[in-house]
Amino acid sequence: MEPGVPAPAGDPHAGSPAGAGPDLAALLQRSARGDRAAFAELYDASAARVHGLALRVVRDPAQAEEVTQEAFLEIWRTASRYDPSRGSAVSWLLTIAHRKAVDRVRSAEAAGRRESTYHHQNQTVEVDTTVEAATASLEARRVRAALQALTPVQREAIELAYFGGYTHTEVASLLDLPVGTAKTRIRDGLIRLRDTIGVGR
Amino acid sequence: MNDHLTQPDWENAHALSGAYAVDALDDVERARFEAHLRSCPDCQVEVETLRETAAALAVDPVEPPARLRAEVLAGIESIRPLPPLIDRDQPAAPRRRPWYTTTGPLLVAAALVLVALVTTVALRPWADDTEPAPELTATERVLEAPDAEKVAQEFPDGSVATVVVSRSEGRAVILTEDMALAPEGKVYELWLSTDGVDMIPAGLMPDDGDATVLLEGDASDAVAVGITLEPDGGSPEPRGPVVHVFELT
Repeated sequence: MEPGVPAPAGDPHAGSPAGAGPDLAALLQRSARGDRAAFAELYDASAARVHGLALRVVRDPAQAEEVTQEAFLEIWRTASRYDPSRGSAVSWLLTIAHRKAVDRVRSAEAAGRRESTYHHQNQTVEVDTTVEAATASLEARRVRAALQALTPVQREAIELAYFGGYTHTEVASLLDLPVGTAKTRIRDGLIRLRDTIGVGR
Repeated sequence: MNDHLTQPDWENAHALSGAYAVDALDDVERARFEAHLRSCPDCQVEVETLRETAAALAVDPVEPPARLRAEVLAGIESIRPLPPLIDRDQPAAPRRRPWYTTTGPLLVAAALVLVALVTTVALRPWADDTEPAPELTATERVLEAPDAEKVAQEFPDGSVATVVVSRSEGRAVILTEDMALAPEGKVYELWLSTDGVDMIPAGLMPDDGDATVLLEGDASDAVAVGITLEPDGGSPEPRGPVVHVFELT
């Protein structure tokens, strides 16, 4: 495992804090052929990232573990469907995990997760500071800075959708936006974020 | 009940790319956007870059408990990895071009730089949301038909199958989410019935838990859609166990 030593703040040449690990795409390809050792390596290299996202969305630790487990079983099953020309391996893994997490919160809707209302001020930098997050890499800092560069509505809409697991219709309601506009805020915000993260270094 | 299906702003399918990338569409919207996505290379590229962006937000790793690793590794023992997808049932939409490739563990940040560089140029052509989608596939026509009727079934394992039928289009579509795969040597076969008794073969489900399939045959007068489990290749008439019968009104 890479040590995750935080680089000096503001270093524009972010080394490769998250990318120094094993080649996830190659591990996925080997997993698709039934290579269990490769899959175990893939798990070791990405489980914390997957689990961090699952936990952020579903909140409940026991359920987050189930989501992480489901996600990895799905990753094993569908590894052959990963197409490197269409995105990075880590994005593919997180897409699967996110979908599982969102499915979980939506189906558990009635179970009262929503009582812990997200609609509070201060949610923008509401980063669950776990021990691991202390190793927050330069990448993480850059992403947070980019988030701050969005309009408040864009930022909140993206956070409610991505981390809150809400539909764009629910997001519109939570933010008192006219129905149908939250999806635009989400898209505009993501596009801006994409361009900022890319250009801002 | 079909309010989703008649929303006029559905024409702006492109506008949903961001919400789709962060899983912020409801089930019906998602199915419809995916139907659109198959024929829209611009949206495909946009969704990929926005997913990459969203993934970059997930930067707070939390190590799961060690036992989870053992459970996952035990769990895969009983799961067969899917074969690679050979494009057979969808005419491959012409992809813009691979806008970047990665053979290595592409650092997300690095990927984003590339994405930004390439897409700065590539994104412009479809910055205009209002551009009408080209021609609709039969599946899209069913999903977007004003008379589309939807019957959903949630299974105990949490998977969901939804049948959408349009009498005016005379076709039916089935959408599945998280459906358990048919066991080795078996396949889910689809059926249409106009009298509730005779079942007419309407195609086979692909080996994919999340699928959108246009049923073969005329659904104008169908009163039911069935799913059964049959031997590989399907059967001329239903012999295997019935997974579900969707009653249409």
